[in-house]
Amino acid sequence: MRILAWVIGSIAVILTGFMMLTAGWERPPIDAEQSGFRGTGMVDVSNPRVAPQRLQAQLDRVPVSAPLPPDTGGPTAGEIYQNVQLLGDLSIAEFNHLMQAMTDWVSPEEGCGYCHQLNNLADDSVYTKIVSRQMIAMTQAINADWDTHVGETGVTCYTCHRGENVPQYTWFNADPEIHTGSGMAGWRAGQNRASPQVGLTSLPEEPFSDLLEAGEQIRVTGRTVLPSRGVIGSSIQDTEKTYALMIHMSTALNVNCTYCHNSRDFGSWDHSPVQRVNAWHGIQMTQTLNVEHVTPVSSVLPPDRIGPTGEGQKINCETCHQGVNKPLGGLAMLENYPSLVGPSGRSTASLTDEDVAAFASAEVGEDVEEEVVEL
Amino acid sequence: MVENTNIFTRAQVHGPIDYGAPLPRGSYPRIGKPFLSYWMGKIGDAQIGPIYLGTYGFVSLVFGFIAFQIIGLNMWASVGWDPVEFARQLPWLALEPPPPEYGLSLPPLNQGGWWIMAGFFLTASLFLWWVRMYKRARALGLGTHVAWAFAAAIWLYLVLGFIRPVAMGSWSEAVPFGIFPHLDWTAAFSIRYGNLFYNPFHMLSIAFLYGSVLLFAMHGGTVLATSRFGAEREIEQAIDRGTGYERGALFWRWTMGFCANAESIHRWAWWFAVLVPLTGGIGILLTGTVVENWYLWGMQHGLVPAYPETGVVDPAAMPMSGGGQ
Repeated sequence: MRILAWVIGSIAVILTGFMMLTAGWERPPIDAEQSGFRGTGMVDVSNPRVAPQRLQAQLDRVPVSAPLPPDTGGPTAGEIYQNVQLLGDLSIAEFNHLMQAMTDWVSPEEGCGYCHQLNNLADDSVYTKIVSRQMIAMTQAINADWDTHVGETGVTCYTCHRGENVPQYTWFNADPEIHTGSGMAGWRAGQNRASPQVGLTSLPEEPFSDLLEAGEQIRVTGRTVLPSRGVIGSSIQDTEKTYALMIHMSTALNVNCTYCHNSRDFGSWDHSPVQRVNAWHGIQMTQTLNVEHVTPVSSVLPPDRIGPTGEGQKINCETCHQGVNKPLGGLAMLENYPSLVGPSGRSTASLTDEDVAAFASAEVGEDVEEEVVEL
Repeated sequence: MVENTNIFTRAQVHGPIDYGAPLPRGSYPRIGKPFLSYWMGKIGDAQIGPIYLGTYGFVSLVFGFIAFQIIGLNMWASVGWDPVEFARQLPWLALEPPPPEYGLSLPPLNQGGWWIMAGFFLTASLFLWWVRMYKRARALGLGTHVAWAFAAAIWLYLVLGFIRPVAMGSWSEAVPFGIFPHLDWTAAFSIRYGNLFYNPFHMLSIAFLYGSVLLFAMHGGTVLATSRFGAEREIEQAIDRGTGYERGALFWRWTMGFCANAESIHRWAWWFAVLVPLTGGIGILLTGTVVENWYLWGMQHGLVPAYPETGVVDPAAMPMSGGGQ
């Protein structure tokens, strides 16, 4: 009996030790910088052994950017090349400069053939070419219309792609079954999973389709002292969904709640740090981009790029931010690529029904990809 | 003789096996053959068993088992009956109350129906266990203080899972059965109703909770510190002068001017403990039903000072923003 108790006690101590080492906890000290009125607990916290290294590692991977070639006044890309829909006004030099940069940013290993059929660069039969045209339009729209969020720094393809074909941090619409349940038991209201997308909480694991695409109400806190007669406020379930989105934003930007909110009254703008305004515009931007640019390309994606609802990967805060409150620490990459600042007010690239139909009718789609790999 | 002299005592409290007084005619027998446990003797009386279950205890356990099974099997079903995932995700799993659209109506079985059934059986189990505690106290000729303290906890449970949801007109306001999910519910509840820390009854509940801890530490510390004079035998020492117990009382009189006595310290402790769920339940019950935002309520009533504003303006309230959020 006594020996058994010692054995059980020892196992408990060992397991506790393993937990301390493996739970992903960060040891103190953590930097805390006061950011608001004294005594209100308004501080920005960061780990000086994690945050700077993460940013430096990201900056170390940024490809060298060639300077913008001077415009020598020759014919434009649209006059020389066929089927140039968005960048036709560029000089040949600038056009090729951008194409080279996009290759470095998005498909450094696969090269031009990731998007182009190499024996006919104008051909639209490779789905990635349709997607990249839409993504160029999206980048132009961000830089032209969303300076409320991206400021003067702007974005390039690299802000999200970081040398990957598909940005590392994206989301799929969750299988509707997690909301509806199936069979006799086990309904879970779209939550209660250790989901990395919401910081391993048991909050709703995919709040994005409702809040970062469908544009549902994010504001849940009652803003009156007393309940208003006849008004049904937000449910606890909606609150948990907003909470899940906020956990995502906190993780995606590596910031704590008080970076944007005064936590004694989360809903109040009067006492919020100014960053919350920028975050608000970011939410608007992400909703718009998902609706106007990201979701529409789902129709041309191959099956292995499609999620459970038949739609492709979409964007959230982490897609750009990647654990840094300013993506790439605010590194300005746009100056060499002025063509990525588009005409203001244009929402969607010409992803028309004809495009989709032309793509669908192209017989070579899959074969081309295989040939490219061999090349 | 080994004495109780320290926090970790070497004393083992046990004597010959005690079967207890005979039960009245018509009672169920006490269950289990009593035995002595060295390790239980470390922390209490070394004799384990027998126990008296009786009708109420038996039915309460059956109902509690049914609730436990409904909750557990729903959790298991939610991971597709995968035993590994069930163990791995267990702290995250839950049985959720019905979604808001069902209000107080009867939802489908697999969208909150199981939650209502589990809640019914768990509540029935708690009520029956309460009756059992009351009747066991009466059978031993005791007061019913323990039963009423338990009733205070049941009050908070009922407010959270039944009374407040009914007052709000929706089962969806209730708490899920799950480890992390009920904590996330708590955080979301506070955020939804404007920060529960500004709820005066929440403040009272916390004060009584921390007060209970303080009183328990003071009382436990005093009795342990005077156990070298035999003060753990409170009853014999309570009314006499010059006892070890009086020495503990004098410690407090001479350090803070006032001391409880051997009887009243337990009255203090009982009320502090009971008032934790009583006040907490009142605070929960008022939330959403008569107060929408506790922070704004607190500001309106001068509960806390106002701090300087940051000058930030809601962008959705500005012209030309065009956003819906």
